[in-house]
Amino acid sequence: MTELPSQARAEAERDAALVRLAETVAYVRLLGVRFDRMGDELTARLPFAPHLVGNPFLPAIHGGVTGSFLELTGMMQLAWSVVLADIERGGAAAEAVARGAFAPMPKTIDITIDYLRSGRPRESFARARIQKAGRRVAHVHVEAWQDERARPIAMMRGNFLLPKG
Amino acid sequence: MTDDDERDRLRAAMQGSGISGPGGGAVMEGIPFCREIGMRLHSAKDSVALLSVPYDERLVGDPQTGVMQGGVITALLDTACGSAVMAAPARLRSTATLDLRIDYMRPAQPGKTVMARAECYRMTRTIGFARAVAYHDAPEDPIASAAATFILDRVAAEAGDD
Repeated sequence: MTELPSQARAEAERDAALVRLAETVAYVRLLGVRFDRMGDELTARLPFAPHLVGNPFLPAIHGGVTGSFLELTGMMQLAWSVVLADIERGGAAAEAVARGAFAPMPKTIDITIDYLRSGRPRESFARARIQKAGRRVAHVHVEAWQDERARPIAMMRGNFLLPKG
Repeated sequence: MTDDDERDRLRAAMQGSGISGPGGGAVMEGIPFCREIGMRLHSAKDSVALLSVPYDERLVGDPQTGVMQGGVITALLDTACGSAVMAAPARLRSTATLDLRIDYMRPAQPGKTVMARAECYRMTRTIGFARAVAYHDAPEDPIASAAATFILDRVAAEAGDD
């Protein structure tokens, strides 16, 4: 039981690191994307907001917003796995994370987005699966959904260039 | 509302309010997200559309470099391809993206407007095929390229003619 306070502190530090990491990306703030974490897996959340609309007559979320949301989810999942490893490593790497000095963001090489359903005016969610993280390139699949996890609104696969570590 | 009215409204929305401002073109006021990021429509006719997004610190993806987030380019290229499809010589009520593939060749330069030129190069009765490039000064020196397909919602009368 004596482990509990330090474990709780470690979890709080991870939560704070994730918030700091997301805050570094201005475009995440513009869209209003937030990230929840369970272990090493992030769930991105995009609450509906009027400025995200692409078709005011339906209305529907702009396809570019959904595309951005998928891409940001993939990018953040990759960046977060690096940050998590740095925290675990401790020492200078963990101190850098604590200061908010993060490695450069992964850079998108290519993405393919399939739009399956129109994005309704309600909250969207997305999760990424890192299919392979090599030394230089990572391959990622991302799915976005709204009310039902089993009815995705869009899917993305993409290759990202990893920062030199 | 007749189909023609609806089509005109959507066309008007895609083409903005017609209010011109600095940088040429007109902010696409009719589409909330395009207005939010300051996306401008310069021209859309004969299956070709020219759009732009001016640099804005709110669109940055990496604070260390000040480079615009890739998602902004995604939104620009998606809208450009959709505008090119709507600008094709067909009576369309609307269109929706089916799939969008983007290759990022180099980062956009901080401080510079990103242009996009899109072309709808083929249309079937139900599908429009489009491609686009994003660039600063010349399409021959691209930041990113896109290939996209769109499902077409044709005006009923014409759909019956086919």
